[in-house]
Amino acid sequence: MNLNFTAEYEDFRADVRAFLDKHKADAPSMANVGLRSEKRLKWQRILLEHGYAARTLPKQYGGFGAEPDSLKQRIIAEEFARAKVPGGIAGQGINMLVPTLLELGTEEQKEKYIAKTLSGEMIWCQGYSEPGAGSDLASLRTAAVVDGDDFVINGQKIWTSTANQADMIFCLVRTEPDAPKHQGISYLLFSMDTPGIEVRPLMTMTGRAEFNEVFFTDVRVPTSQIVGQRGEGWMVANATLTHERGMLGDPDAALSRLKSIAEIMQNEHVDGKSLMDNPVYRDRLVALEAEVYAMKFNGMRLTTASVEKKSAGLAGMIVKLQGCELNHRLAELAIDVMGEYGILFEDSPFLRDHGLWQTHYMFDLGLIIGGGSAQIQKNIISERGLGMPREPKVAKA
Amino acid sequence: MYFGLSQDQTMLQDSVQRYLESASELAHVRGFAEGDNSLAESLQNGLMELGVPLVLVPEEFGGLGLGVLEAALIQQAMGRFVSPTSFTSAYAMAVIGLREAGDDDQKNDWLGRIAGGSAIIGVGLTEAIGAREGAGLKLSGDKVSGRASFVMGAELASHFMLTAGKELLIIARDSAGVSETALTTIDKTRHVIMLDLQDVPCTVLAGDAVAAQARMIDIGRVLLAADSLGAADMMIEKSVAYSKDREQFNRPIGSFQAVKHMCADMVAKLEPCRSLVWYAAYAQDHVSDEAALMSRLAKSHLAEVGKYVARTSTEVHGGMGFTDLLGLHYWFKRIGANRQLLGGPETVREEAAKLQGWS
Ligand SMILES: Cc1cc2nc3c(=O)[nH]c(=O)nc-3n(C[C@H](O)[C@H](O)[C@H](O)COP(=O)(O)OP(=O)(O)OC[C@H]3O[C@@H](n4cnc5c(N)ncnc54)[C@H](O)[C@@H]3O)c2cc1C
Repeated sequence: MNLNFTAEYEDFRADVRAFLDKHKADAPSMANVGLRSEKRLKWQRILLEHGYAARTLPKQYGGFGAEPDSLKQRIIAEEFARAKVPGGIAGQGINMLVPTLLELGTEEQKEKYIAKTLSGEMIWCQGYSEPGAGSDLASLRTAAVVDGDDFVINGQKIWTSTANQADMIFCLVRTEPDAPKHQGISYLLFSMDTPGIEVRPLMTMTGRAEFNEVFFTDVRVPTSQIVGQRGEGWMVANATLTHERGMLGDPDAALSRLKSIAEIMQNEHVDGKSLMDNPVYRDRLVALEAEVYAMKFNGMRLTTASVEKKSAGLAGMIVKLQGCELNHRLAELAIDVMGEYGILFEDSPFLRDHGLWQTHYMFDLGLIIGGGSAQIQKNIISERGLGMPREPKVAKA
Repeated sequence: MYFGLSQDQTMLQDSVQRYLESASELAHVRGFAEGDNSLAESLQNGLMELGVPLVLVPEEFGGLGLGVLEAALIQQAMGRFVSPTSFTSAYAMAVIGLREAGDDDQKNDWLGRIAGGSAIIGVGLTEAIGAREGAGLKLSGDKVSGRASFVMGAELASHFMLTAGKELLIIARDSAGVSETALTTIDKTRHVIMLDLQDVPCTVLAGDAVAAQARMIDIGRVLLAADSLGAADMMIEKSVAYSKDREQFNRPIGSFQAVKHMCADMVAKLEPCRSLVWYAAYAQDHVSDEAALMSRLAKSHLAEVGKYVARTSTEVHGGMGFTDLLGLHYWFKRIGANRQLLGGPETVREEAAKLQGWS
């Protein structure tokens, strides 16, 4: 164990801090900013230019071209969280599609899509889940049939986040209906403006339309828009699912939430007494603090594993499960300490923190379910992580 | 020993449940949540016809003279159908306030008006539990000024019963000097408001208002616990039904142990709560030395178990639970609001410890 960073890294940290001091004013607020707001796009340009977004991606595709260095990545994340400044755009395009294209896309696809995605100009949505295919994603049925140089797509996706704002979709479709279910899927890229696509927003428990239903009727997509080969879509998609699960459960975000709750507790008074003087709330805060730090150090362990090019094993597998749960429980404490004020919502008078904590509380429950539910995570941890026997499969009726 | 409901009590609950099942179906609740107040009015009229609001009004004032257990069973049915009614405040807490602290004239006058349907009294006792932001009312002569926060039962209230320190008073909603701020909470099935009063004329209840407020809070909490019990019951039923219906991996999701165990855990936690709510409600009328404690245990425990059921049931429903499509969130949020109203669990447990000389 050696917690000291070498001089090179300390210098790097100083650079990040100097950057933040200088440019902080240009950063959009941490709360909701429209995907296409000018402020956000400008901030993304500044980050790309200085290597604080797309740091290790090749220059030719609009990245910064730095050598992969997990420690530097970590330092950037820490310093941005400390300064309460949002990092680069983190959508499904940047976090999931771009790594997939880099790994498996054709040269033409890389050139056409990566730079525009990184700059925030091109927004993507993920068309995986269907009404009948959630946890059992491989049973998806949206069909793509070849007709001349095109695939003709018919079917429906659901729970497609940001589909109503997206320019493009990366979509799983069934191209080989007779193959075993995991081998009949292909991964396609196409514009959301393609004729035959209908997007219907879906309201969620937060009161907003965070996702959509997407209907395809005879949607024609050139066969060149496939990533990987026909029937390889499951493998291609799994490359991105790994990226998604890593993205949910950021320990630095949990730490900054914890600090905000401590601030609320210092500032709120009941019958003239600060909530921080209430031993019960304080105990819950410190218990959560221990969990947050455990996850933060777990994250450092993952960083070291990645520097050493080793698998982090169980320490990596639990991140999505524990991280989302922890965030949910942090929001729960924030609501509890606010008491009745904690149930205020939307645009209510007397609202605290823009009602953010209720939104977190609900949305984090959504994240416990989405991207591989908690129960599916536990299956993966026990079966793949602990080598326990798999549940017997039930044959199709 | 017989620990259970009488036939009359079961029949009472069944009849309210049967009425609400159609009168307060989800489509109507949605309409109310979206701003159409007519459901509150039609439920008020329908329940009045059934005599439901008058359970706690003594017979001599035109009521049914029943107990808190009956009131809790009714409230449970309302939680089950997330019904927009102001039963807890208008027909339990306010009635109890009058019974405990009204003199004969006040009882005659107000309980008579309640029974006749001409007075619906919302309740603001938040500051008797814990005041934030310096809220609170001050009485000077027969005029009252200040702020009452999180006043319950604002859907149809014609009057409000409010705490002003050691006094309990009633104001008319339409008096000069009353300014209302509507609050938006997660729970769109009930309305709570802030009241800012400036020299508002009021009726001060003549009796021991401190004791009366304590009783009102005890009983109000039992009813919020019963409401969460009813809401949680429904969430479990919906989860079980969904898990039999929804298929993934060529089998009903209910055949996965993970899902079965979620449902079994919900039931294992909730079933004892039913008994706790019954006992706590019964104690309000029949076991006076345990009434205050049991109310606090029921309120705080249902806050915890309710939260667990709300969350777990949503998980059983997968992405569907997170959407608005099934409306499951109305139950989730009702339970979430019940947790905080009239004191969050930590506050209530601390009071319970104090009651027993442990703190
Ligand atoms: C906030 C949010 C955002 C999302 N964004 C997107 C998106 O952008 N694009 C997209 O394609 N999808 C998206 N989804 C969909 C998400 O991936 C699915 O909701 C998720 O995979 C669960 O599938 P389901 O909803 O069909 O639930 P189901 O699979 O029907 O699950 C219902 C219940 O059964 C349990 N269950 C199912 N199978 C098993 C098993 N084998 N063992 C034990 N328990 C099991 C589940 O854990 C759950 O409790 C999003 C979902 C949410 C909530």
